[in-house]
Amino acid sequence: MDDNLDYDVVIIGGGPAGLTAGLYAARGKLNSLLIEKAVIGGQITNAGLIENFPGFPEGIDGFELGQLMQQQAEKYGLKIISAEVTGIELKEDSQKVVKTTEGDFETKAVIIAGAASRQKLGVPGEEEFTGRGVSYCATCDGPLFQDKAVAVAGGGNAAITEALHLAKFASRVIVIHRRDQLRATAILQERAFAEPKIEFLWDTTIEKIEGENFVKRLRLKQVKTGEKSTLEVAGVFVSIGFKPDTDYIKNVVPLDIVGHVITNEKMETEIPGVFAAGDIRHDSARQAVTAAGDGATAAIYAERFLTENK
Amino acid sequence: MSKPVSIDDSNFEQTVLQATKPVLMDFWATWCAPCRMIAPIVDELAEEYDGRINFVKLDVDQNPKTAAKYGIMSIPTLLIFKNGEPVSHIVGVRPKGELKQNLEAALG
Repeated sequence: MDDNLDYDVVIIGGGPAGLTAGLYAARGKLNSLLIEKAVIGGQITNAGLIENFPGFPEGIDGFELGQLMQQQAEKYGLKIISAEVTGIELKEDSQKVVKTTEGDFETKAVIIAGAASRQKLGVPGEEEFTGRGVSYCATCDGPLFQDKAVAVAGGGNAAITEALHLAKFASRVIVIHRRDQLRATAILQERAFAEPKIEFLWDTTIEKIEGENFVKRLRLKQVKTGEKSTLEVAGVFVSIGFKPDTDYIKNVVPLDIVGHVITNEKMETEIPGVFAAGDIRHDSARQAVTAAGDGATAAIYAERFLTENK
Repeated sequence: MSKPVSIDDSNFEQTVLQATKPVLMDFWATWCAPCRMIAPIVDELAEEYDGRINFVKLDVDQNPKTAAKYGIMSIPTLLIFKNGEPVSHIVGVRPKGELKQNLEAALG
């Protein structure tokens, strides 16, 4: 595609962090490219109604928020392409080459603002039944489970939001959580406990997903007693968090033990001209609004870096 | 024909199973945000493969029969049919390059 185009800043990832970085970079008249491998908006596109992004008192649909951020950034000249980044090469003259499935892009600065992939359960049957009852997106697949019993694995904000969404369609929603209390924020917990279709299995893990063509049952284990049981469900929605996608940069920038990128408060990594923003960053609060804040900070310091290194 | 054609349960067999060219079929629904996101990518591919591969889309909400026949439990799902048989089954949003690889494989 656009081989060897020379950019001021290349932004990896099109979630709130990347799109905000792109907005600031484009408004700063930097020649800016954003690379997204899947969905513009990132994780928020699956979140349904987002109620904690300031400025939207009635909440805003996550997909729509992503589209609005994209429009706003493109209005000022941000270029966006669909490709997967496979590596970053640091050249001797402090230029960087971002390698992607659609070609290489030369740039002076890089903002790493992508992406996390959904943490999988890692149990037998999960791969086999993905798309056949195992799902990672309740807003996409919930209506396909009308009047059926479904399970949700997880206990955080995303899991409880998904359980509440599924309760609109399913006959029963069983939340399976490996601890004895939820991590989800208080207001979501209140709603879930008040919803008669939602049940909870505490201190429980899924050991195996079984079925024929489609999911039929889960094999469960009570972690405190070791007791095993079986739960008949037509689907299981896995929402146990995200793991940072940083394998492709592990030899480029320092990562923490989990794989998050280590930065200072200016979003700088140890490598001059390489920044990180959003959920991929060590110590991130992992919220749409904090990711956006990180993105703005990264772009501002990227712009300063470019000015100082002219 | 360079835009994906909307089909339904009634003409699925004729437009997909009896097609002489490979067919990419996009299973989608109005409620599904990633489906809306993948649509422009599928539109671009329909342009690029115009004349070589047919592109169709089916709303799973309106057409549960065909969706059930192929066991669609996650959307978006893209199926690529060749001689009436599904040869690729792609769940979720994937990069355009990966979709192209699947399309090239169906042509080869």
